[in-house]
Amino acid sequence: MLTYIARRLVTMVFTLLALSVVVFVVIQLPPGDFVTSYIATLAASGESVDQEAINALRDRYKLDSPVLVQYASWLGELLRGNLGYSFEMQMPVGNIFADRIGISLAVELTAVVVMWAVSIPIGIYSAVNQYSVGDYLATIFGFLGLAVPNFLFALILMYVCYNWFGVTITGLFSPEYMNARWSVGRFLDFASHVWAPILVISSAGAAQLVRVLRANLLDELNKPYVLTARAKGLPRRTVIWRYPVRVAMNPLVSTIGWVLPTVISSSFVTAIVLNLPTLSPILLRALLSQDMYLAGALILFMGLLTLIGTLISDLLLAWIDPRIRLGMVGAN
Amino acid sequence: MVSTTEAPAGDIDPRITGTAGTESQWQLIRRRFSKHRLAVVSLWVLGMFAFVALFAGFISPNDPGDVKARYTFAPPQGINFIDRNDDGGWAIRPYVYGYDVEVNPASLSRSFVIAENKKIYLNFFVRSWDYKLFGLIPTDLHLIGPERSRDPFYILGADRLGRDMFSRLAYGTQISLSVGLVGVLMSLILGVIIGGAAGYFGGWFDAVTQRVIEFLRSLPTIPLWMGLAAAMPSGWSPLQVYFAITLILSLLGWTELARVVRGRFLALNGEDYVAAARYDGCSHGRVILRHMVPAFTSHIITAASLAVPGMILAETALSFLGLGLQAPVISWGVLLQEAQNIRTLATAPWLLAPGAAIVIAVLAMNFVGDGLRDAADPYAS
Amino acid sequence: MTDDTVLQVRGLSVAFPGRRGDTTAISDVDFDLRLGQTTCFVGESGSGKSVTARAVLNIVEPAVIKSGAIHLVDVKAGQRVELSGLDPDGAEIRAVRGARIAMIFQEPMSSLSPVHTIGQQITEAILLHQNVDATEARARAIEALRAVQIADPEQAIDKYPFEYSGGMRQRAMIAMALGCEPDILIADEPTTALDVTTQAEILRLIRDLQASRNMAVMFITHDMGVVAEIADQVVVMLHGRVVETGPVDQIFHAPTHHYTQKLLKAALGLDAAPARQRDTTDDTVLLETRNLSLRFPSKGRIFRKGTGVQALDGVSIDLRRGEILGIVGESGSGKTTLARVLMGRFQPQSGEAAYHTRDGGTRDMTKKASFRDGLVYREMRMIFQDPYGSLNPRMTVEQIVGEPLLVNGLLKGGALRTRVGALLERVGLPASAMERYPHAFSGGQRQRIGIARAIALDPRIIIADEATSALDGSIRAQILDLLLDLRAELDLSILFIAHDIGVVRYFCDRVAVMHRGQVVETGTALQICDHPRQAYTQALIAAVPIPNPRKRHLTLT
Repeated sequence: MLTYIARRLVTMVFTLLALSVVVFVVIQLPPGDFVTSYIATLAASGESVDQEAINALRDRYKLDSPVLVQYASWLGELLRGNLGYSFEMQMPVGNIFADRIGISLAVELTAVVVMWAVSIPIGIYSAVNQYSVGDYLATIFGFLGLAVPNFLFALILMYVCYNWFGVTITGLFSPEYMNARWSVGRFLDFASHVWAPILVISSAGAAQLVRVLRANLLDELNKPYVLTARAKGLPRRTVIWRYPVRVAMNPLVSTIGWVLPTVISSSFVTAIVLNLPTLSPILLRALLSQDMYLAGALILFMGLLTLIGTLISDLLLAWIDPRIRLGMVGAN
Repeated sequence: MVSTTEAPAGDIDPRITGTAGTESQWQLIRRRFSKHRLAVVSLWVLGMFAFVALFAGFISPNDPGDVKARYTFAPPQGINFIDRNDDGGWAIRPYVYGYDVEVNPASLSRSFVIAENKKIYLNFFVRSWDYKLFGLIPTDLHLIGPERSRDPFYILGADRLGRDMFSRLAYGTQISLSVGLVGVLMSLILGVIIGGAAGYFGGWFDAVTQRVIEFLRSLPTIPLWMGLAAAMPSGWSPLQVYFAITLILSLLGWTELARVVRGRFLALNGEDYVAAARYDGCSHGRVILRHMVPAFTSHIITAASLAVPGMILAETALSFLGLGLQAPVISWGVLLQEAQNIRTLATAPWLLAPGAAIVIAVLAMNFVGDGLRDAADPYAS
Repeated sequence: MTDDTVLQVRGLSVAFPGRRGDTTAISDVDFDLRLGQTTCFVGESGSGKSVTARAVLNIVEPAVIKSGAIHLVDVKAGQRVELSGLDPDGAEIRAVRGARIAMIFQEPMSSLSPVHTIGQQITEAILLHQNVDATEARARAIEALRAVQIADPEQAIDKYPFEYSGGMRQRAMIAMALGCEPDILIADEPTTALDVTTQAEILRLIRDLQASRNMAVMFITHDMGVVAEIADQVVVMLHGRVVETGPVDQIFHAPTHHYTQKLLKAALGLDAAPARQRDTTDDTVLLETRNLSLRFPSKGRIFRKGTGVQALDGVSIDLRRGEILGIVGESGSGKTTLARVLMGRFQPQSGEAAYHTRDGGTRDMTKKASFRDGLVYREMRMIFQDPYGSLNPRMTVEQIVGEPLLVNGLLKGGALRTRVGALLERVGLPASAMERYPHAFSGGQRQRIGIARAIALDPRIIIADEATSALDGSIRAQILDLLLDLRAELDLSILFIAHDIGVVRYFCDRVAVMHRGQVVETGTALQICDHPRQAYTQALIAAVPIPNPRKRHLTLT
């Protein structure tokens, strides 16, 4: 088991490196380097350009050196904790992160938990009572979640809440609690706002999970070991929960791995539409203004989150599936 | 001891009824597919979308780019078909109601109201604005239009510049659908070649491909897409942007198709009938083309048709954020940008019409894909 | 009904409800089970035996019991319970399942939960039906494992099913069934998926347990040899109905129904007369191998001990002109690998293999290049085991049988069609079959198509890789006879790979016995089967069930 964890960690590091290369390429794609765009931004707002500072920056990031050296220096800076400097927002990227990362993670994690809590019972009910009314509804829900893009759902939700209830659901806090310290009041305010993004983000993921769970469980319900369990005299519900559900959970857990990138992606656009104080709107602005350092750091961070999520799901899978734990090949 | 070697009719099992066994794979697939009523209906729906996309110009009563400041945010007129006279008679004749303008005394803003006293009759096959059918044939014939071309005709209302939502939606269908198709086509080419090679030859190529695919799948797609899209030079023409967007989308999307193809090749390699083909003396090429390809063609089509909605949704999201296609190109995502502002949306909810188009198209494609998937392997036990 | 009748079934009918009416699975089935006696249910696949077994416990979903009575008798208390009318999910029938009637299934790998330990699965039944705590239940589970002769039960109890071998898994299943000391054990083809030596052990085990616990055993099988070895009573089923019932001696020696007679005739046991012997004196060697060895490297972590599997270990065989050479062995013996090496799929790491072609040349079969020009494939053809997987479902029979002719440039168009028609008629199918697709045909008919494809190029050698293993008894005999005819007519030599000794004795001239990659013994078929010399061969022959109840030898210790 430990060797398995070690192997996965090593793979993760390599993947992260590969991702950093990709991100760096993306950063370099726009013509000119970020300094020229910095100059352009300054010129557009009518400010003067401090040549000394420019040269210092050029030097620091080795912008006049070959690409590989630039990459190395960028990577070096990253590892030292220096995520770069955002020209648009005039502050180090690290600060921006620190400000928003807490909320980002909170929203995404809550969404994932809600997703799971909702989809498991629905998926199981749907598979066990195939063709019932509940199954029919669950299937419709599944398809709608698939077809309606998150941001559209967010827009519709915004419209409905505004028109019918007079409530705006953008943002996560009311103005008075925006920068206040955490208190019970702030938490309640948070809760009264956060339901909307959680609903939107988790709906797509939940729909997907319900479909996967339903399909897997339907497969397992017809397997011989279920018959064996019934022949032992177990009541129907025990048979279902203890055996096929338990086995069908395995592929479900392994889907966490790739549901996470989806969650991050979809929460992404939703966060922008609903104007949440998370990292996503920052990324959009960074991209629109070609503030590539900030954008690169953010993309890398999201990739890291995804990889961690995949690692966790792989570990969970190894933990609950004895076949993987004990090294039997072909256990999935 | 030597029993008759003739295959006897045998003890016919009275519980089984006979089968014909003369149907080819495609006939079987078609028969199984048509049992999914939802999938069949969805196929018709998609056919309608395709028609709209091909004949966008013909269907649009107004020029999608035509700015008419007089009619900003004009509400939808719909189309009525049964014309009742004042003296109780009626005829079937399409018409719409005209507008009255109301001025809000407090804010001095204008808004439109449907005026039931103003009837604007419609004709079929009218001549109005010029366009090129299929981008080639210049004509001015349109499916439907007002009797007097000066009258406003907004089936789905107008946007903030007075442009006809319906016409814009029709043209948007063209772009959005084609992005999906072209993107999937590119993914298909990449996926089939790479996945096929990995599955058929195995070995180190397969191992490397596996790693690459795993890596690509673990990336958060939208942020990367956004990054790539933002990196495009701003000076490019809309057409160049269009192709660049499709290329970007397909670069990350080919992995799923490659996985499917590889999986099928691996499964097929283990089949006895493939070994039998080799022992018959078939060359590699013949084994692949004659014996293996027919076995996975339907799977490829299924995977491709399930990939199209993903592409469409991705392009829509990108354009919505302002990173993908931009005006004057019209796509569903670009159209939805207009609906971002909650106050705008509150007064003109018909701006969400592209959303309905997206949902219906994506649903239809998923149903068709599901139907295909169930029908794809008619020989699975 | 006698004093020890523990189950009485009358008029049992089960059907699958459908939109356009019910499909009958079994109808009007009667039988009794008695303590201390084994009743075997025999019939070919699809006869309804499994459905009958499941109907006793009412676990036939999605089918429904349509009519009939199932009476379970508590012999000591003298009480009767009617089972078929009980609610299938109700507490009453659940109290019977696992506690008074227990069931074991065919494939222990898929019939045991892959994610629970053996111990958890055994103690679950005990905790469910008996009033004991967890520690006591665990102790009883260990005892149950000991009773089925699993070594080191205190350790074994915490292992997962995939860590056991096939025979051990079946023992564990039996332990699970016996945990609550039931009166009746229902065994649904428990040994069909096992090697013949393992089957013998399991049959012995069941017999012993039955005797020591005075259980009634309902044993389902399609193998008449097994029936002869263990049955007291026999119930013969066909198309969902019981066609004959009776004591085992009467069934075997004085059967009344024609189907029973057919089954008996098709049961090729070791005491059946073999086919006509090869009477030519042509000793030309067509194919010979010397010391072939092939080792498969370990893939990842499947093989924890050592670094791989020695699939072939110094294999030397000859195939002479006009002879039928049988390669016999259990799973893992290497016989299939040998076939693949001979067809060029794998290359051995050491050893020699030579094929002498029709025009007098010699090909080195250890080199992949020898196969490249297709000559070897024209003269050496293969018939596969799985009739469902060996024909491309997307090609018509004409295309399948015609493919070798087309690809080798021999015929095309109308001439091809005529030849295909002639080939099909030669194997006993109508020429019109060529317009159809494989899914129109039964298993036996598909094997005939496979044979037609094999002889299309007028080969010298046919390698039959378990070509009859997937067929039912009577069909199997027909296919074997067809091959014998073809051998005489076309001057063929056949390399026949099999695991069924009875088939080999009937069909082959000479036999090579393989075990763990090595050839253990070679000789004429009669000599190997009747007077085996090597220890392994002797053990193998001793484990084969004889379809004659007067010649029982397996379960007498």
